[in-house]
Amino acid sequence: MTLTDICFLLIGAMALGGAFLAVGLKNVFYNALGLGLSFFGVAGIFIFLNAEFIAVMQVIIYIGAIAVAIIFAIMMSQPLWIPQPDSGPRMIRSAVFALLLFGIVSVVLLKAPWPLSPEPTLGYPLNVLGRELLTRAILPFELISLVLLIAILGALLISRETGPTKRTSAIDRDA
Amino acid sequence: MSDQLGPYLVLSSGLLALGVYGVLARRNLIAMLIALELILNAANVNFVALNRFVMPDKGTGQIMALFVIALAGAEIAVALAIVRLFFRHSQSVAAEDAKELKG
Repeated sequence: MTLTDICFLLIGAMALGGAFLAVGLKNVFYNALGLGLSFFGVAGIFIFLNAEFIAVMQVIIYIGAIAVAIIFAIMMSQPLWIPQPDSGPRMIRSAVFALLLFGIVSVVLLKAPWPLSPEPTLGYPLNVLGRELLTRAILPFELISLVLLIAILGALLISRETGPTKRTSAIDRDA
Repeated sequence: MSDQLGPYLVLSSGLLALGVYGVLARRNLIAMLIALELILNAANVNFVALNRFVMPDKGTGQIMALFVIALAGAEIAVALAIVRLFFRHSQSVAAEDAKELKG
């Protein structure tokens, strides 16, 4: 067992352990922290897979934006941190289903005859990724920007405070 | 170990199973969203791992992973806005309380 193997096992354990904390603990705030840990582990896995750019994006977007947004949503709505009562039979049924799913999916994935490349350690440089993104994948790339714009507007519209609001901006005070 | 496909596939299956467990077992809407993110992460691990081991000269899987990350950002923004609105409306974040449209 080499040092790389030990690092790989530790990072994989971090990803899975974080995921376990993210679904296993009762307190939803600890769930969000476990989610951040799991995201860090998956980013390390991406480094092992020669996908440095995806790893950086994982840290910036998933940890920097999504996990922080979830934590903000938990803390800004007052009693969200109160643990919800989870029913025992439902958890047992879900655990059995998830275990079956894990077994079936992993066996199918491991048995599948993947057409493995003879040169699997070849890196994938970032400039090729960028060129691909702006030539062959240009349509989904532009569509994603449209989807993000609509999501921002939709989120603003949904979470807007309805009813009369006090206008206290600087322009109104000066007038 | 890190230069074989198998461990990555088992890892992503584990993330998927934990995410599905969270979506099924939890009743808190935000906890269900957290589990949903785990499922998307499992898909990303599969995309990038198969990209490296099956066709490392094309970046299709990595581009797909980037799109999944962007869509996850859009999804969580809208979903958290809906959860906050639902909390303001009914003072609860339990999935069972969202039954106003039930017939």
